[in-house]
Amino acid sequence: MSLSDADHELVVEEIGREPTRAEAALFENLWSEHCAYRSSRPLLSAFDSEGEQVVIGPGDDAAVVSLPSHGDGEEMYITMGVESHNHPSYVDPFDGAATGVGGIVRDTLSMGAYPIALADCLYFGDFDREHSRYLFEGVVEGISHYGNCIGVPTVTGSVAFHDDYEGNPLVNVSCIGLLEPERTITAEAQEPGNKLVLVGNATGRDGLGGASFASEDLAEDAETEDRPAVQVGDPYSEKLLVECNEALLDEDLVESARDLGAAGLGGASSELVAKGGLGARIELDRVHQREPNMNAMEILLAESQERMVYEVAPENVDRVAELAERFDLGCSVIGELTEPGTNYVCTFEGSEATASDESSGQRSRDAETVVDVDAAFLGDGAPMNDLPSNAPPKQERDLPTASLDEAFEQIVASPNCASKRWVYRQYDHEVQVRTSVLPGDDAALLAIREAGTGLAFSAGADPNWTDAAPYEGARAVALENATNVAAKGAMPHAAVDCLNGGNPEKPDVYGGFKDIVDGLADMCSDLDVPVVGGNVSLYNDSEDGPIPPTPTLALVGVKEGYDAPPLSLSGEGTLVVVGDTALEGETDPRLGGSEYTAQFGGTDRFPALPAESTAAIETIAEVADADHVLASHDVSHGGLAVTLAEMVHEDAGASVELNTVDRGTRKRLLFNERPGRVVFETTDPAAVREAFDGVAPVTELGEANSSNHLDITVNDETLAYDAADIADLRSVIEDELA
Amino acid sequence: MTITVIQFGGSNCDRDSVQALESLGFDADLVWHEDGLPEDVEGVVLPGGFSYGDYLRAGAMAARSPIMAEIREAASEGTPVLGICNGAQIGCESSLTPGAFTTNESARFQCEHVHLRVENADTPWTSQYEDGEVVELPIAHGEGRYEITDERLDELEAEDRILFKYCDEDGTVTPEANPNGSKHSVAGVTGEAEHVAVMMPHPERATLSDLGRTDGRGVLTGFAD
Repeated sequence: MSLSDADHELVVEEIGREPTRAEAALFENLWSEHCAYRSSRPLLSAFDSEGEQVVIGPGDDAAVVSLPSHGDGEEMYITMGVESHNHPSYVDPFDGAATGVGGIVRDTLSMGAYPIALADCLYFGDFDREHSRYLFEGVVEGISHYGNCIGVPTVTGSVAFHDDYEGNPLVNVSCIGLLEPERTITAEAQEPGNKLVLVGNATGRDGLGGASFASEDLAEDAETEDRPAVQVGDPYSEKLLVECNEALLDEDLVESARDLGAAGLGGASSELVAKGGLGARIELDRVHQREPNMNAMEILLAESQERMVYEVAPENVDRVAELAERFDLGCSVIGELTEPGTNYVCTFEGSEATASDESSGQRSRDAETVVDVDAAFLGDGAPMNDLPSNAPPKQERDLPTASLDEAFEQIVASPNCASKRWVYRQYDHEVQVRTSVLPGDDAALLAIREAGTGLAFSAGADPNWTDAAPYEGARAVALENATNVAAKGAMPHAAVDCLNGGNPEKPDVYGGFKDIVDGLADMCSDLDVPVVGGNVSLYNDSEDGPIPPTPTLALVGVKEGYDAPPLSLSGEGTLVVVGDTALEGETDPRLGGSEYTAQFGGTDRFPALPAESTAAIETIAEVADADHVLASHDVSHGGLAVTLAEMVHEDAGASVELNTVDRGTRKRLLFNERPGRVVFETTDPAAVREAFDGVAPVTELGEANSSNHLDITVNDETLAYDAADIADLRSVIEDELA
Repeated sequence: MTITVIQFGGSNCDRDSVQALESLGFDADLVWHEDGLPEDVEGVVLPGGFSYGDYLRAGAMAARSPIMAEIREAASEGTPVLGICNGAQIGCESSLTPGAFTTNESARFQCEHVHLRVENADTPWTSQYEDGEVVELPIAHGEGRYEITDERLDELEAEDRILFKYCDEDGTVTPEANPNGSKHSVAGVTGEAEHVAVMMPHPERATLSDLGRTDGRGVLTGFAD
């Protein structure tokens, strides 16, 4: 890939000459889809990113959101970020996924925060394919290796399998950081004369052109040809960088910061300069390097990992170097900020250069100017694409028949619905001693003791939903994540999104992508959840075709305290489901986008979602924490039947009876995946009814009991399984991968 | 009483240990390994994590750092030392305790809750429990399989130096309840003197009452004995 003719012309016109090789490479990478969002930025204005809790919205390394405090708690901020590492994870699953974690953690550091939680949302081709398993195992191992080593717990996430990821898996990683308000820093350069200091790993020739690699379809030979574009992670250095960053902030030595990610030093330093409306003068020879004879372009664009660039006042430079030394990290003063109106300038002498004293400007006599452009033009000058799109078709009802028990067994045992214990067991999810609700539940719950606040965290998307109906499916993804945190008694507070799509130059693909953007944006607005940041990944396309449009949402909720009702039944209450309009005969139960159609084929319309969900979500959060609620679990993937199956265990079972007028709706009632529903086990069903009066329907399902059986009777037919059978069905991933 | 929690590069349960110790009424200080052991040291925790990235054998690099010589000396003079997880690996690598911890039988990292049976309730680290009591603690390790020669293990058993064994929830030691393939299901042992001990499970992750898991308190309380 190189700079397109049109872009080249624009650059020549703006700078009044041919770009140098280094400049051309910078433009190519920074104007790539991956960095400049040329095909998506016009769509992103759909998101509402404002709210009184929002401190810093989209556009910085990570968003900053204030948390409510309770009791003696103080005001605290969190950072939220999400990133995709899709193409690298296809080429090299272990390192691709590992460095994805590293990148989003450094985005957290550059806001001044300490990383406290990770979520990983993973999407692979069919689980039965050997290649999918190879990628799945490698990705999970890479995340485990990196996340565990840096001591940041991976507390939640999602895993989905869908045939259309075969040629292009998705690895989306989200990180939450915690910071005291006065420690907040940004990536906005502050003051001419301040030094730019590069701290972290030495720069080598790894990850060259990663941003442009991420902005084209994966080629057939990508696994071999594009390996040099994948970086190799070093979690030990990252951990040292986390601690060094803390130490620098403790002593108030940082004026602004940016992590080095896509497009390396050139990307990070020029973006920092552009955001501050300043210029800079950088001597590339001063960058500490791992390999000899690197040229200017390589130093500028290498995506070597575990590096940060800091703006430091001249009087603090020595102390920064001392602290870097304490943590065994490389440190070089690479240049300084210059007055507004000046250009972003990089000079380079090459291998002839010898190190001299620390002050810049001494050695530039023989240096060649390799970059001399306006940082704002470099950062924001890329023209936006206006691409044609086709609206996705609507699917109509055409459903095959399957017996109820066949459907139950196949859906409970499908890798999409089955237990993900094999995955999260490999992630350290308890380090930092904040994890109150562990993985395997609807949402994780973290103790933010500084604020007296419980922070619920849910992340994921469902490709079956957005494949069947991009707009409605994306709305459902937002509602589902909100319901997850509400089921644990937390109110949705803020979210970040990772929008993954295929090649946007294909009108059908772009049409689906537009719809997921709008769907996610609309439901988040309806729920009053600001979408404070995100990431876009397009060109997830290969010769196998495009991926399903995939809108990963990472959403946090807040509550007082750190307790939440469990997902598992106690065996002592009545079971009710909230919000199931189909059971009440108010809406038609639809199987569009369900695991049922994924397993048995056929199509159906996507379930109709409620027009207004805020009151229901608020009430769910309130009731979940009531004393009479013994267990709480949201209904989504696999429908009501799977939800009930997940709640029974060796010590508690349930007996459920449903009545329906129409025999044909039995499977649609049990397996439709309309989100926004929650099953409560309660000792006071009347109180649940009263709380939801005028908000959402409440349907009594039956009784929990002390058996280890699940019995579901629909009209005259009964599904009967014991907990051990269900556990066997649900263990398909660990059985297969051991 | 002030407990010193050692920070190596890559330690990541250091702050957790401080938090847990403070919740039990101890004072706890973080000490960066290069700064050396404080003269008035009263107790040492070698915390979990990935010292030096564990790029060599887990704990092998940290075991050879200068502060470990100081810790060995303090231990020989009676200072209590507890190694947890990576700290346990460091303890064995530096011969504070016998045996070695190596790659899990599964060859994968495992983070989960396990049951442990108290094998000897007559040590500072277990005196809060009864002999044979079953406690639930988290593990989080990739290299936690305890290995030692049969002969040495028999000696340890005879000398009552096994603190905990992995077991099922009823306290029966079975192969199924052994999460990592440890020999004799050993989860923690003492050094030659009982005031030095290492264990792979994380007592500091089961100490803070607001997370609802407190079975590990008894272990850390051992510093007061």
